[in-house]
Amino acid sequence: MTAANLLSVLSTLWRGLRRATGDDAYDRYLEHWRVEHTVGSDEEPMDIKTFYRTHQEAQWQDVRRCC
Amino acid sequence: MARRAPLLLAPMPVRQRTPLLKTALWVTVAVLGAVALGSVALHRGETINSAWLVVAAICVYALGYRFYSAFIAAKVLSLDASRATPAERLDNGRDFVPTNKWIVFGHHFAAISGPGPLIGPTLAAQFGYLPGTLWILVGAVLGGCVQDFVILACSLRRNGRSLGQMARDELGPVSGATALIGVMMIMIILIAVLGLVVVKALAHSPWGTFTVGMTIPIALLMGFYMRHIRPGRVLEMSLIGVVLLILCVLLGGYVNHHPSLHTAFDLGPKALAWIVIVYGFAAATLPVWMLLAPRDYLSTFMKLGTIFLLAIAIILLRPEIQMPAVTPFIDGTGPIFGGKLFPFVFITIACGAISGFHSLISSGTTPKLLTREPDARMIGYGAMMLESFVAIMAMIAACVMEPGIFFAINSPAGVVGALPAETVATISSWGFPVSVEMMDGLAHEVGEITLFHRTGGAPSLAIGMATLFSGLFGDTFISVWYHFAIMFEALFILTTLDAGTRVGRFMLQDLLGNVVPALGRTSWYPGVFLTSALVVGSWGYFLWTGVTDPLGGINSLWPLFGISNQMLAAIALCVATTIIIKSGRARYAWVTAFPLAWLLTVTSAAAWEKLFSNEFRIGFLAKARILGDQLTAGTLSPEMMEKAPQLIFNANLNAALTFFFLVVIWIMATDTARICYRVLTGRPTLPSSETPFEPTRPSPDLATIPEPTQM
Repeated sequence: MTAANLLSVLSTLWRGLRRATGDDAYDRYLEHWRVEHTVGSDEEPMDIKTFYRTHQEAQWQDVRRCC
Repeated sequence: MARRAPLLLAPMPVRQRTPLLKTALWVTVAVLGAVALGSVALHRGETINSAWLVVAAICVYALGYRFYSAFIAAKVLSLDASRATPAERLDNGRDFVPTNKWIVFGHHFAAISGPGPLIGPTLAAQFGYLPGTLWILVGAVLGGCVQDFVILACSLRRNGRSLGQMARDELGPVSGATALIGVMMIMIILIAVLGLVVVKALAHSPWGTFTVGMTIPIALLMGFYMRHIRPGRVLEMSLIGVVLLILCVLLGGYVNHHPSLHTAFDLGPKALAWIVIVYGFAAATLPVWMLLAPRDYLSTFMKLGTIFLLAIAIILLRPEIQMPAVTPFIDGTGPIFGGKLFPFVFITIACGAISGFHSLISSGTTPKLLTREPDARMIGYGAMMLESFVAIMAMIAACVMEPGIFFAINSPAGVVGALPAETVATISSWGFPVSVEMMDGLAHEVGEITLFHRTGGAPSLAIGMATLFSGLFGDTFISVWYHFAIMFEALFILTTLDAGTRVGRFMLQDLLGNVVPALGRTSWYPGVFLTSALVVGSWGYFLWTGVTDPLGGINSLWPLFGISNQMLAAIALCVATTIIIKSGRARYAWVTAFPLAWLLTVTSAAAWEKLFSNEFRIGFLAKARILGDQLTAGTLSPEMMEKAPQLIFNANLNAALTFFFLVVIWIMATDTARICYRVLTGRPTLPSSETPFEPTRPSPDLATIPEPTQM
């Protein structure tokens, strides 16, 4: 395995870990927001604090943990 | 665990012709499975190696997954990779998000895996290792995995709708309302019994109380960190939390040896019950970022890590099973809970084989994340297989210790006698030799005051796990491992407790909001406090009855929990069966109708016994009657005279609840039979609520989703 290969595997693992734990939730929100909103509109995406507050509140409205 | 999963769960691509090698492989798996199962079932020597149980389990799961789940995916559900999933159609970047299937698998497994499969098998080990093990395997492959999978697929075809909504849409308002009430009730009983397990595990254990107590300030710190210091840094925050938590487990040893700290954290069951109740109320009303969400991160990492470690320990050590295959207690005289093998082994195992609660997850967050329909097989069926394997590991952990020790830890004082000498005499007379010295020596080793009458399953599981872990890492740290195991159990029990209380509160607000709209507003504080207090008060009451019960509480509450959980599974299977029949596949309806019929039989039989058995420890009504007679005759001890009126009331309340469960399940079953009859005879019914077919869009971004990882 070359060094470049190893690096790409590690970076994939790292991205996967961030994705699985929700560490990248805000990045993904921004990405999604940019796709949904046309350039030049007055709207601003939520800042990171507001995003996490609403995101977590919404998550825990549902049954997420079991017996 | 998930790292191992690919080997076991890799889906088989559809083939035109099966190569000879593949056939040979599956024949080998089948033969190996049969040999292992045969050895487990027919072995009658001194001890049997736990490796047989592991091999039997893995072969059964492999065959079930490869053949039965493939059949269900293709024939019963017709999963279609070209059909767009809700995540694709309704992608909003928040709850509907197309996600890599391994990540969904991790999330789904983390959501469904709870304390049930650890506690249930531990308690059911009183019948010996065989009955529980067989039911965990058969029940999961033919029942539990099927339920999770089919409900997931149904919800996937209905925009991720919840079980309650599907019941209303497909069966009508009566079943819809019944299902909702059923969900509320199971929530209350579930939280009460889990709270009881924690209270029993921490009572008079300063080390455990300190460690578990410290999880609260750690979670608050993590919440503050992620809210104000480094917003959104989940991994960083979790790493800090895990390190602090492990430090607290070690620090607990110091607290235990410090004279005044020892006294400060040496709390009785009543004090602990109040603390759990106040904690539940706080967690349900405080903003989630503060306590609930950070605690959940902590508990999820701990849970996955510990389960993985347990699997490693069992596979590397291959300990001998000390428990007999079948004990004399199948006649119903067992000390841990009263009742015969049928139906109580099924009710007690509950979650490790079939868990109704999973249907709420399968129709909750998970269907909103699937990228492709066929992924439902690995996630629905596969995650439950893993959960069932956790139950097998718990069974092994319970059965590798000396049976005498197992019974001495798990039997309530009311059954085997309050004094250590009495307890060991009773248990030894059953043919499970144990001595006071053995018990005291073990208690001293693990840093506890005593291990007698530590009912609830958690302490004995912790002993089993600590023995396994110290077998792996050396004996010096057994006390640390014991308290690590207690912390791990309590941590995720309390997470289920606070998440459950919160969801219960939302459900109640939803319900009451129909009558008084203000109560439905989740931001109106008087409404929030009132509904939270109602939910906490309900489970708090049952928790209190468990704590004050002279028979230990588990004897009454665990069967009630088992019945309610299996009742919810029956509700889910009613919905699933109706949907299958409505979709024109009545010839495959047995896939869900067969487990449904079995659950109806088991729950009804268990509920009937709990209501009408004449045994004091089994029938709630008999208990009330016998205590009432003794009260009027004045034959009770002065202490019991005082307690008796309350105990009689509690027994009657439990009887009413059992009766209520029986009514709920039969309303659902009758309504399902009626609707299915109407469909099959061509009479009009509610139209299917399935969303129409939409083809998938080829999406380039899916290719960039990372490969499977640790979680």
